[in-house]
Amino acid sequence: MPLHPPIAETFDVAIIGAGVVGCAVARRFALAGAKVLLIEKGADILSGASKANSAILHTGFDAPPGSLELELVRAGRQEYLEIKDSLNLPLVATGAYVCAWNALEAEKLAGIEQQARDNGTMDVVLRSGAQARASMPALSDRLVAALEVAGEHIIDPWTAPLAYLNQAVALGARFLRGTELLKGTFDGAWRLETTAGEIKADSVINTAGLYGDIVDTRLGFEAAFRIRPRKGQFVVLDKAAARYVPRIILPVPTEVTKGIVVCPTAFGNVLVGPTAEEQEDRVRATVETQTLEALLARAAEIVPALAGMPVTALYAGLRPASEEKGYRVFVRPDQRAITLGGIRSTGLSSALGLAQHALKLHAGFAGPFTPPADVPDIAMPNLAECRERDWQRPGHGEIVCHCELVTRREIEATFESPVPPGDFGGLRRRTRAGMGRCQGFYCNARLAEMTKGRLAAPLAIETEGGR
Amino acid sequence: MSAADADVLVVGGGPSGVAAAIELRRQGRRVILLDREPALGGATRHCSHSPFGMLEFGRVYFGAAYGRKLAREAQKAGVDIRTGHSVVELAENGALFVTAGPGVERLTAERILVTTGAREKPRSARLISGDRPIGVVTTGTLQSYLAFHGLLPFRRPLIVGSELVSLSAVLTCLSHGARPVAMIEPRPHALARAPLSWFPTLAGVPFHRGAQIVDIIGRNRVEAVTIRRGEKLETLDCDGVLLTGQFTPESALFLQSAMGIDQGSAGPAVDQHGRALNPRYFAAGNVLRAVETGGWAFREGRAIGRTIAEDLRHEAEDGRPVPVTFDAPVKLVVPNILRRASSLPAAFRDFQLRFLRRAKGRLSLELEGREMWHARGTWMPERRILVPIPAEAPRAQHVHFRFREET
Repeated sequence: MPLHPPIAETFDVAIIGAGVVGCAVARRFALAGAKVLLIEKGADILSGASKANSAILHTGFDAPPGSLELELVRAGRQEYLEIKDSLNLPLVATGAYVCAWNALEAEKLAGIEQQARDNGTMDVVLRSGAQARASMPALSDRLVAALEVAGEHIIDPWTAPLAYLNQAVALGARFLRGTELLKGTFDGAWRLETTAGEIKADSVINTAGLYGDIVDTRLGFEAAFRIRPRKGQFVVLDKAAARYVPRIILPVPTEVTKGIVVCPTAFGNVLVGPTAEEQEDRVRATVETQTLEALLARAAEIVPALAGMPVTALYAGLRPASEEKGYRVFVRPDQRAITLGGIRSTGLSSALGLAQHALKLHAGFAGPFTPPADVPDIAMPNLAECRERDWQRPGHGEIVCHCELVTRREIEATFESPVPPGDFGGLRRRTRAGMGRCQGFYCNARLAEMTKGRLAAPLAIETEGGR
Repeated sequence: MSAADADVLVVGGGPSGVAAAIELRRQGRRVILLDREPALGGATRHCSHSPFGMLEFGRVYFGAAYGRKLAREAQKAGVDIRTGHSVVELAENGALFVTAGPGVERLTAERILVTTGAREKPRSARLISGDRPIGVVTTGTLQSYLAFHGLLPFRRPLIVGSELVSLSAVLTCLSHGARPVAMIEPRPHALARAPLSWFPTLAGVPFHRGAQIVDIIGRNRVEAVTIRRGEKLETLDCDGVLLTGQFTPESALFLQSAMGIDQGSAGPAVDQHGRALNPRYFAAGNVLRAVETGGWAFREGRAIGRTIAEDLRHEAEDGRPVPVTFDAPVKLVVPNILRRASSLPAAFRDFQLRFLRRAKGRLSLELEGREMWHARGTWMPERRILVPIPAEAPRAQHVHFRFREET
């Protein structure tokens, strides 16, 4: 049974997958004047890879020189900096240290510095261990040297994509969640069979992340790439840790991975992770006790004051890596289709760049749209600690989540917003309710009451007599 | 009279906070009692099975009734009660930042007493493996679902832990139509004493000692849990995981302040008067160490309230604190520090100790390397151990609990 009434209209573009890239693409095409449809098989946006990342807005200093990834990370970062104020999105200008813990790693820093400059990231400075520790005394005294990259910043990884989608929706884009693409056929225009019925669109953009290759196959394309999920586990430390970690601490990367990062979050915590674990499963992203213990031990090696710091949260995500390192972008002009695949790790930074790129590619096979005369303002609720939160303003009603100081007004507002939460994870990401150190000991029951009948998977089970 | 908002601000309206506030009023002090919940009582509000009040009020109350009794007594005593007020930060020099419906305010007082209680450790802090679906909650959360909203978070949970609260959790489940699939305890023995520890088995809930979770499975809601019993892995179908016990102080206000928390107790370090590292701040009740009964917390709050009333007669003293040190497997000692005895009455007559694990051996207290007290025995984890504080202890420079394990 379809979840929605039949959709009669024909869209200019149908975007498949509401991760950060899909949301950014929806916004870009809506701004260009296209009639946009975004479908998502999950109960909410950011249901796959985009819900679990390290929230860094990268400069691209360590991206492969000359790569599409580098170009789009730079373009995406630039656009984020331009639009953040009008969308009320935060930027925590932390800067980063690439830390060398032995002579061998220290030797590599000069090369990384050169690569950064070649990549257009000029604000980089080589520091001795003592110099780096002078500005960040909590770093272990085993530090040999560090490369300072001032332009690496922290953002709110969940509010940003939501802002992109909100703006698209305000411009008339349709967003259908719980809607899975089953099959697509092209005969001059696309007919998409979905769990919500048939949808007609002139063009298709595949932003399906972990399912990018499967969606391409369902659209009838020869498999051009294959997703190989790469799991990353993270530990979130108590806010008391933040005083020791004012900057992003990156390791010297190896051939295989960027390695374990210790970094502040926009919400005032400290993040440790990710691991990089290849797996076949596209669904399960488990945390594992031993790995988490190893992450905690690694964090305490890097910043000794983090030893014994209380753990606030755990999470794990799957990155849509493929058999090649680079982004997997394919254009099929004859079939009016674009695939933005294999965005394995820098999607949060490059999403807006990918969206620009997709629009450019689209212009190669389809006529231009008429941009809207008016672009409505979208001001997102702020969740970042560096700026005023709702609890600091009068009339918030009451505090519902005490650890994260989430107000009743914020929770009520999110359910009234253009793209309300679809599941509990979505509510947490939009408000931070239940995300703090007690993980819901104090507020989970209250949230169960407040969200009754509003979430795809309710917190409370149905009991006899309705209550 | 000073320009401060009150003589004492009490943060947290559970048994210890209310007892202290009432005691301070009896001594003629102006007290504001702040609680972030809509009603007083703290954890007792949702503990529907435990009797409270026998020692302090001469009769037994259950659940919210005890909180209402506390509120009546505090009102009668003239305490300025402010519920729905969430303290955000302990600022320097006796100030607090508080947020409530109308917004943020800064309150000041001569002394601040923090009585924010304890909570159970969540799944994250236990580093449990698996998916992260909904349906993994603690006993306190389960009881809040039932007591405040008439809701249930699951129907067939796996119960983890075997403390007293774990047995209360079994009872809560059974009396509300939830059927636990099993109860597991990673240790080889139950933490609660027999015959209470026989209860789950008698109630028909299989109880596995030496068993632990290795995987939680579930996309949205918990669907199954894999446990390890010895070498054997076993997958149990269930729709929730109930994490019981492993209480930890709700000490975030200290953790985020310059005072920090004690690594052993995870609460603020306090001296024999209940004074924290900054002598304008005091703490009492389960924020000091998890977890004691409501009656214990009430008496502790009253004693520390009395000390604060006395302390208000002079400037806050800033004597150098001497840490009370201890050998593993002692988990914690409260008071965690001692200050040279002043004219203040001591709030604690005893050191309270707890062990991390079951250990057999000789426990002794040394002052300046000289043994003052000892006892032999088998020491159980999560049980209260009391050792009298010797009169000369507050003058000592080295105070140490030694433990020699014996087989």
